[in-house]
Amino acid sequence: MPAAVRTLGVHLFLLALATFLASTVEMVEALTIVLAVGVTRGWRAAVTGLVVALVALAVLVAALGPAVTRIPLGDLRVVVGGLLLVFGLQWLRKAILRAGGLKGLHDEDAIYRAEVAQLEAAGRGGRVDGYGVSVAFKGVFLEGLEVVFIVLTFGATQGHLAVAALAAVAAAVMVAALGVAVHRPLTRVPENSLKFVVGVMLTSFGMFWAGEGVGARWPGSDAFLLVLIGATLGLSVGGAALLRRANTPAAVG
Amino acid sequence: MGALKRAWLACVDFVVGDDWTLAAAVVAVLFVTWLASGGGFPSWILVPVGVAAALTVSVVRVQRAARRPPADPG
Repeated sequence: MPAAVRTLGVHLFLLALATFLASTVEMVEALTIVLAVGVTRGWRAAVTGLVVALVALAVLVAALGPAVTRIPLGDLRVVVGGLLLVFGLQWLRKAILRAGGLKGLHDEDAIYRAEVAQLEAAGRGGRVDGYGVSVAFKGVFLEGLEVVFIVLTFGATQGHLAVAALAAVAAAVMVAALGVAVHRPLTRVPENSLKFVVGVMLTSFGMFWAGEGVGARWPGSDAFLLVLIGATLGLSVGGAALLRRANTPAAVG
Repeated sequence: MGALKRAWLACVDFVVGDDWTLAAAVVAVLFVTWLASGGGFPSWILVPVGVAAALTVSVVRVQRAARRPPADPG
């Protein structure tokens, strides 16, 4: 198999994997909110908010996807790559701070309990619980926006919007199925670790595309993406380990 | 605050997050790389090195802020 085809295959796999993992993380967070609404305000409100949010997100991708793919590739890469790099660094920075003990770990159970308390404190609505619908809608829509952003940037710059979108949908279906089966927040999903991996991949892809967009020529061309991922992962894991050591009680005291 | 301004700030917050200096550093790194490209210099090295440096500085700032003793209210 020619090297270029192999490299393309690896890129497609990494693109799909990054989108799948990011979507998994966001959908787990959205599921927590939907479950909280369902348990406190009723499942009609939860499902209505969920469906309306998913339709809105699908419309967003359908409307923006083709428009983004029409932008000239050179201009697209520097802008989209730059945005993805900034976005990815946001994820990676938080993941390093969490792993290093400088930021609280994401706790779906605690978030679920807080959401339930807030929803129970609000008064009940009429037959259609508008408050419940709006909470479910906002939760799913806002979490889904991050996935849409990743799908559009990945898909547009690689020219494989359908692959990115399919990976996101697959993750959403998987999380929904697990949610229906378990009927509780998915606390056993290693969210913090997944966010770390997604942050590494978004940052690496962002560096690769933005670098190309401003005229940098990566040694080994597309294959260098794997080097970037390895280096970013190594630096991030090493940095988190150093932070953890510096923030242990013996080190602080 | 107008709805448009709120929407703009929400978009900025969505992409940039809580450390705008990191985003500014990325823009600076890309600009310098663009300037250095086209000559014989391997400008590609500037991107990972610049990004790594920006991320390190951002994290170290949080670490230093966490180590600082709280301000005396009295």
